[in-house]
Amino acid sequence: MEIKVLKNILGANEQIASKNRELLDSKKVFAVNIMASPGAGKTSVVLQTIKALKGKVKIGVIEGDISSSIDAETVAEEGVPVVQINTGGECHLEAIQIQNALNNLPLADIDLLLIENVGNLVCPAEFNLGEHKKVLIASIPEGDDKPFKYPLMFNTVDALVLNKIDLLPYVKFDVNAFTKAVKNINSNVKIFKVSCTTGEGIQAWAKWLNGHPWF
Amino acid sequence: MHELAITQSMFDIVLKQAEQVHAKKVIKINLVIGEMTGVVSDSVQFYLDFMTKDTIAEGTAVSITMVPAKALCHNCKQTFELKEFDWTCPNCKGSRIEIIAGKELFVESIEVD
Repeated sequence: MEIKVLKNILGANEQIASKNRELLDSKKVFAVNIMASPGAGKTSVVLQTIKALKGKVKIGVIEGDISSSIDAETVAEEGVPVVQINTGGECHLEAIQIQNALNNLPLADIDLLLIENVGNLVCPAEFNLGEHKKVLIASIPEGDDKPFKYPLMFNTVDALVLNKIDLLPYVKFDVNAFTKAVKNINSNVKIFKVSCTTGEGIQAWAKWLNGHPWF
Repeated sequence: MHELAITQSMFDIVLKQAEQVHAKKVIKINLVIGEMTGVVSDSVQFYLDFMTKDTIAEGTAVSITMVPAKALCHNCKQTFELKEFDWTCPNCKGSRIEIIAGKELFVESIEVD
């Protein structure tokens, strides 16, 4: 006997993600899911964002890593509330982990929640966490062909931060070809060219985050 | 890489559905997976073999229909299959495209006894 099912495999995750979203909305916490490959500069962007928005927006951070709490410790030094999630081998964050993390954050004291996903350009694109915006950090040394290799990720995000632009003189990277490929698959995406080392472009990115009507 | 989580979610759906109809055995699981999801069918099979042990789905067959990535050209309104490293419309060479297929990830049906 064949039974029609027609159920989204990630439906269970989606349900928890909508609950997370309800909680975030009720507490007026604007959540951003930051995704990237390992080493693209997720933590550096988080740190630069905290510095750029200090005194303007109250920030909280969720750090997702397979193991270790190095990133959470670095972020905690900036004096913001942070929760570390260790996925123990899983290559992405799931909504249930965010649900637990939200219970351990002072949401009443947070306007902007930066969620640093596990370094990976494949799996995190599939799992909604309940966030308001998805952001991808790409970086110059990774090469300009990445939109073609990870189309789902590049297609999914609301904003793209192109990091390490200070390395452009030393690395073969065609910014125009890259931007064209990204816009091709995602015409609405906002692109910010930044360097966490020199600070270039960080203000424009921080302004975009700060433009949320809740702040 | 994310097949473990995906296979687990898929298997939860299958078991729940099989229980609802009081099935004695799950014989086959029919899945639909979009090419862009990056889900590797061999990995799904691999994890499922472990998960189904000592359950009513032990030894179940899995059939996966892969859906190719397709796009709609906003310029000439033609649809076309996305090729690697070439996302321009083959008809009008337009570059404003929208992905309309290839992100699927669902359990279509199960066959039970």
